[in-house]
Amino acid sequence: MKVLIPSALRSYTQSSQAEASGSTLNEVLVDLDRQYPGIRFRIIDEQQQIRRHIRIFVNGVSVNGLAQTIQPGDDVVIVQALSGG
Amino acid sequence: MTTIALLVSTRKGAWIFRADAMRTTWEVDGPHFLGHIISHLVLDPRDQTTLLAAAKTGHLGPTIFRSTNWGRTWQEAAQPPAFAKAPEGETGRAVDHTFWLTPAHRDEPDVWYAGTSPQGLFRSTDGGVTWSAFSSINEDPQYREWMGSEKDGTPDGPKLHSIIVDPRDPNHLYFGMSGGGVHESLDHGETWRVLITGMEVVEGYDFDASKPTFHDPHCLRICPSNPDRIYQQNHCGIYRIDRPSESWVRIGRNMPEEVGDIGFTMTVHPRDDKTAWVFPMDGTEVWPRTSPDGKPAVYATHDGGETWQRKDAGMPKEQAWWTVKRQAMCCDSHDPLGLYFGTTSGELWMSRDEGRNW
Repeated sequence: MKVLIPSALRSYTQSSQAEASGSTLNEVLVDLDRQYPGIRFRIIDEQQQIRRHIRIFVNGVSVNGLAQTIQPGDDVVIVQALSGG
Repeated sequence: MTTIALLVSTRKGAWIFRADAMRTTWEVDGPHFLGHIISHLVLDPRDQTTLLAAAKTGHLGPTIFRSTNWGRTWQEAAQPPAFAKAPEGETGRAVDHTFWLTPAHRDEPDVWYAGTSPQGLFRSTDGGVTWSAFSSINEDPQYREWMGSEKDGTPDGPKLHSIIVDPRDPNHLYFGMSGGGVHESLDHGETWRVLITGMEVVEGYDFDASKPTFHDPHCLRICPSNPDRIYQQNHCGIYRIDRPSESWVRIGRNMPEEVGDIGFTMTVHPRDDKTAWVFPMDGTEVWPRTSPDGKPAVYATHDGGETWQRKDAGMPKEQAWWTVKRQAMCCDSHDPLGLYFGTTSGELWMSRDEGRNW
């Protein structure tokens, strides 16, 4: 499926969009990290929690954790909050 | 010919300033990692080529970048410092940022140590490519109690810092924790012992000075010319210890009373163990993190802290409400040596004559 990449992570993908596969969000992110080493740890911490300023949406709905089921063709959007100022 | 490289890490990225031997002509190289918070940028003294940068952005997780060509290109660590995954049902810690980097002993090429926020001690044995927990302190119940929670410590989070390797012995290590005190290992991190005797704690709360949790060392510096001597800038004063003594002496008591001996940074002379420099900070009431009375100055000692001299020629005489944080002051090794500091307001200052003029 398609994964939309925020600008702060495009140093890894060189693109606003990436292709990744998996039946859960965790599997999708592991596949993304296989292609772009290091990207997963920037958005998921070592306790397997989505980092504080990161939100991930599947088909427009915010997900709470990595166990979220993903279907083929789902749209996954990684959003980096531009908080502060 | 470049003979000096000044490594500058900031909340907006990193820069390398290069100068000739006279330090009159400077060239700027950067920004590297524009928009990243670079807590520490360190050259490997063993190969004089490898740089490590501890980085994160305000929104993404932490990582470490490595260059083997003086910053022309960078590679990200394959496995940055990270705590162990907590057992199911328990809350674990996550590294917010790597705060401190120290190259290991010259006999241990490619070995580096890292200190993180919240407090964690990590090591790489492959030049900074992969990192893992070093020693048992990250998960040790006693150390976790001394570290406190992630809400303790500085506004940017509690930190493990000032990792020091005795240049005579790779097994002899020190580190400091804000908070959590000073610790020493004589067996390459197998075991650690507390080294806080003589260090004072914040007055008025009945804190027990024998407990590391109440101690907040800000910066430890070992003297290259005499590794038995360590200077310390602490939340509660300036100290010196001369090993094998077990007790710190508060040499900051000799500072002018109106200036005090609070601050974050400390620098020691590479050839003279009696000479060191501090940058005092306003330690009254809410700790505004400014120069005392808005009048910045470096203070120098040339007698191991018995006396201190104000060094502010060239600095603003009033209304300069900035200060200098932990890693943001250093010196080169020329004679006379150059002193450098970076301010919380983003300025870079230097002295070509050991602090007499800025």
